[in-house]
Amino acid sequence: MHPAPSLILFTVLSGLGFGLLVWLGFGLRAPTGLGAIILFGLGYGLAGAGLIAAAFHLGHPERALLAFTQWRSSWLSREAVLALAALAMMAPHAASSAFWATPLPVFGWLGAVLALATILATAMIYAQIRAVPRWHHWSTLPVFLLAALAGGAALAAQTTLALWLMAALAVAMVVHWVAGDRQFAAAGSTAGTATGLGGLGRVRLLEPPHSGRNYLLREMVHEVGRKHAQKLRLIALGAGAALPALVLALSGGYLAVARALLAHLGGMLAQRWLFFAEAEHVVGLYYGKR
Amino acid sequence: MTSLPPPSARKLGLVIDLDTCVGCHACVISCKGWNTENYGAPLSDMDAYGASPEGTFLNRVHTFEVARDTAPPMVVHFPKSCLHCDNAPCVTVCPTGASYKRAEDGIVLVNESACIGCGLCAWACPYGAREMDSAAKVMKKCTLCVDRIYNDNLPEEDRTPACVRTCPAGARHFGDLGDPDSDVSQLVAARGGFDLMPEQGTAPVNKYLPPRGRDTLEIPDLASLCAPAPQAAAPSAQPTGLLGWLDRALERL
Repeated sequence: MHPAPSLILFTVLSGLGFGLLVWLGFGLRAPTGLGAIILFGLGYGLAGAGLIAAAFHLGHPERALLAFTQWRSSWLSREAVLALAALAMMAPHAASSAFWATPLPVFGWLGAVLALATILATAMIYAQIRAVPRWHHWSTLPVFLLAALAGGAALAAQTTLALWLMAALAVAMVVHWVAGDRQFAAAGSTAGTATGLGGLGRVRLLEPPHSGRNYLLREMVHEVGRKHAQKLRLIALGAGAALPALVLALSGGYLAVARALLAHLGGMLAQRWLFFAEAEHVVGLYYGKR
Repeated sequence: MTSLPPPSARKLGLVIDLDTCVGCHACVISCKGWNTENYGAPLSDMDAYGASPEGTFLNRVHTFEVARDTAPPMVVHFPKSCLHCDNAPCVTVCPTGASYKRAEDGIVLVNESACIGCGLCAWACPYGAREMDSAAKVMKKCTLCVDRIYNDNLPEEDRTPACVRTCPAGARHFGDLGDPDSDVSQLVAARGGFDLMPEQGTAPVNKYLPPRGRDTLEIPDLASLCAPAPQAAAPSAQPTGLLGWLDRALERL
């Protein structure tokens, strides 16, 4: 799949923002006054920036409000509804913490649960797509969830929690890669099933339907990014989870948190790039490509 | 609403005969013609007279080679358009309700004025049946020529999809696949029609008819006699911009 920068930024930033809001909502950190303005501001800012980045991906952003209507069937619509609900539900808790030094735990808890659901809905947008076998696996969900929660815990400067979540994230990423590498074969789609001619012999593309590119090839057949898959996996694992965990284990304080966060953000961008670039869509079978 | 309707009794669709298709691409052209001049946003071409032209098509013809062990390799022309699946994954993923399957005849359509151009339905389709138009920024797909098949202004013989009407080889058939007595259903039963990628669970309405058995020879697979096959060096498109920088930076690691 094409690793669109808008989608990579959206999933990483909004994940981080909602992850932070989860911990602030559950009251793991209960800042008041300026601290609350900064932390809640970060949470709302990141979540909002992610949603705006996602809007850039749309052909007709002016019709984006329609995306709130199909929550009964569509995970993308559910994500939009949940995101807005989480931000709205958390607002009284955030405002009351910031301006009256009085957290409102009921709004906080409900908001946190909605923020968790938002992160899972984002993951389900990808995990539901059967035509991309690497994504269509339960291991996609823990990667999105733990990335958001680990980053959020680091942003909230909860070092011990962040440390353990980073370790869990490392495991989740490895599981997702190992399982993902087997998914295409497990799905059973080949040039033979795609054409229905597999029973007659070995099928290969003789001539593509056209000599140029098309939307399908640009969007769903992306071979360049996979060239460095192993290196990028090491970068994602090292910078995204192992290094932040190590930094948080060895030292405390805001400087350590800042270093861990920087490494984590870089690593997660690499991970998300790979998440798209490595994912092969079965439509490639019609083009003799994967 | 993007929930799928209960399976309709009437299932309009195509039956494509891979034995008869000669790969002339006339269906591709007539489809583009009709669907550019009629319902919905036109199917645009980009850089039409430049170095890398590309455009939106609802129907494309691929050509495959089938290497067989006891017979010469077979060339099969393979037209592909929307299969109007009973269990259409492109419909349920749509966040706006633009993508829908008609309860009365099973045709899968896009309401272009509600499409936000997110592209998720094209990702969900295993067959590559949906293409985002680069000019209109909305999703385009085969309409089964819904503006022809019910069009009383056209002569009776023209009330079939443009691709079926134009096919000079008679390789494309249109009809009700929900009715076991219809001509198309009889044809599918007689010729052993099959689904594309049944493992994807989409339950396509359109069926394909296999090539009939042809000449067999007492010689081994011809392709294997040519081994080692010359491997054309893949044209390594050098990426530019951000991608190029990433590529070079990672190469140096």
